[in-house]
Amino acid sequence: MHTVLLKVTALFYFLGALAYLHFVFTLNERSPKIGRMLLLIGAILHGAGFVARYLAAGYTPITSLFESLSFSAFAIVCVFLGFELRYNLRVLGAFVAPLAFAFSASAAFLPGEVRALAPALDSYWLPVHVMLLFFGNAVFAVAFGAAIMYLLMEKELKRKRFGAIFKRLPSLNILDDINYRCLTIGFPLLTLGIITGSIWAEYAWGSYWSWDPKEVWSLITWFIYAALLHVRMTVGWRGRKAAIFAIAGFCAILFTFLGVNLLLPGLHTYTNLSG
Amino acid sequence: MSEIVIVGVNHRTAPVEVRERLAFPADRVGGALRGLRERNGITEGVILSTCNRVEVCVLSDEGYVGVDHVKEFLSGFHGFPVAELSDHLYHHLGEDAVRHLFRVSSSLDSMVLGEPQILGQVKDAYGYACEFKAIGPVLDKFFTKAFSVAKRVRTETRVANSAVSVSYAAVELAKKILGDLPDKTVMLIGAGEMCELAARHLLSAGAKGILVTNRTFERAVRLAEEFEGTPVRFEELATHLKRADIILSSTGAPHFILKREDVDAVIRIRRNRPMFFIDMAVPRDIDPDANEIDNVYVYDIDDLNNVIETNLEERQREAERAEEIVLAEVAGFRRWLDSRQVTPTIVSLRRKFDEVRQAEVAKALSALGSADPKTRKVVESLASSILNKVLHSPIASLKRETNGRSPMEMVTAVREIFDLPEEEAERAPNAAGSGGEQGGNVGSQ
Repeated sequence: MHTVLLKVTALFYFLGALAYLHFVFTLNERSPKIGRMLLLIGAILHGAGFVARYLAAGYTPITSLFESLSFSAFAIVCVFLGFELRYNLRVLGAFVAPLAFAFSASAAFLPGEVRALAPALDSYWLPVHVMLLFFGNAVFAVAFGAAIMYLLMEKELKRKRFGAIFKRLPSLNILDDINYRCLTIGFPLLTLGIITGSIWAEYAWGSYWSWDPKEVWSLITWFIYAALLHVRMTVGWRGRKAAIFAIAGFCAILFTFLGVNLLLPGLHTYTNLSG
Repeated sequence: MSEIVIVGVNHRTAPVEVRERLAFPADRVGGALRGLRERNGITEGVILSTCNRVEVCVLSDEGYVGVDHVKEFLSGFHGFPVAELSDHLYHHLGEDAVRHLFRVSSSLDSMVLGEPQILGQVKDAYGYACEFKAIGPVLDKFFTKAFSVAKRVRTETRVANSAVSVSYAAVELAKKILGDLPDKTVMLIGAGEMCELAARHLLSAGAKGILVTNRTFERAVRLAEEFEGTPVRFEELATHLKRADIILSSTGAPHFILKREDVDAVIRIRRNRPMFFIDMAVPRDIDPDANEIDNVYVYDIDDLNNVIETNLEERQREAERAEEIVLAEVAGFRRWLDSRQVTPTIVSLRRKFDEVRQAEVAKALSALGSADPKTRKVVESLASSILNKVLHSPIASLKRETNGRSPMEMVTAVREIFDLPEEEAERAPNAAGSGGEQGGNVGSQ
């Protein structure tokens, strides 16, 4: 059931990606609206698939790489749709939808059978810790997308030569606003994610903090975003510098999420390719 | 055969002296439409009169002759000799006319390609025609279609999207840099026509307020009154600059009035809230190097002109795509026009054969003398069944929409083969439709 739902979800994300890309190429006003509908349907199916898998497995299905990728796609689409409601982001859909498709599709090819949960993961902290961090990451992914758009747009406005980008992107002000909004939402999520993880670690491993590579990199990520939040609030940093920070922060997230799993084995190694 | 006919002048075919003589003021359109409809062979009419074009669109029963009727009408109404008029007039018939109106409504035929007013003017013309009951089912459908084509062109191409004047370009850029304008303040330094126009556009685009400064304070006060803004002494420019998000400058100063350091200091005070400088002065007022500061954007008059040039080129490119949309829509509308002929043709085909049947049955019955009811019935059903079987396939062919063949070809062929009377076929749809009863549409847009 859940594997079928996930495959249909991937199909909807794919169609959504096509709609957004169609907008990017033709600027047809209807395409992003269709794209949004497709992503929304995809997200609903995705949520249903997630619940179905939860019922089948008996635990929150964010423990393998398959499940993590799938859940990241879900979180990113949800966050994007949330921002889309408030800001007319449209073009960002051409970035988010293909990403969601890639994640959910690659997840659909990985071993999808439900396996027994590692004993250390069998805890109520699992959904809290993991979901906080995944939604935090999704918010920062949107900030990352907005930051790239900001830099592209700023370059055109500074050089005063306007090409395809100028017509497709929202205003600098909105892009910077998204950067700030994401920071104020994502940073608490990240912080709470790390704190809950630490509490759980005390139960599971007997220590709040054990300098495991994943912990180290989460801390690095946390410091990057903390610094950005700080300079934004105190010195009034915004625009280009803030965008660069958001990009750096997201690179750190990617490394924490993927790089650490694949390159630096440690206590958190539940999600490598083999399982 | 009734045809759609358009006769008119526009900015390319007639100078303003001619256009103004041919224009229809709003209060005379009603009378003009009545006069138009009184002419022979004209069943429906719409008059479009703008400062760049005057066009009369009619449905004429007599095809090309309708062009002459409209010319005579124009000449008679305005007291303009036909001979002189003909030099400026153009005319379009049938499919050509359909394409013309679609292009006009989509602003592909405008002086400034993609300008937005024309669609409203065409809608007004349609509104008058409805009000004075000059429009019928064909032109009604024609104009309604033209509006939807224009809308399609507007949403599917960017022919009307980017600014093509300096002041609009300034507004467009301001929106891209600062986002929504309602919480933004404009500052006007010096007085220049272009700056004032840009300021006006920014204010009507929603900017919150305006600060006005000038070397002579009285002038600043006067301008500020005009804009309902706040005058600022030129000497205090530096202290007030921090309040402005958009700065329009055109002073006669021989050197920069704002140097890079000045701007740098202001942006610090503003905690990096972005500033957009529009420098319309020559020699320039604002150090172009200030553009390198983060969150500061400095555009001079050349920069704005470049933007406009690019936009114009883009409109030109988009116009080609718009033309394709128009062509497709013309073909669609042509099919509708043709299909209008199908039903009346079927009606007259049936009528013709029915007359034959009745005559032959009567003849046969009289030859049989006093036939018993049964024989009578047999003869009658024989005749109807032959008739139905014979007519089945021509009627089916008429109704069938075959790819690549217009219904009109079939209609013409059937008419010719069976020698059907012309006028009967023409009247039928009016009897069935709501010819002339379009009054209900007044004000429906």
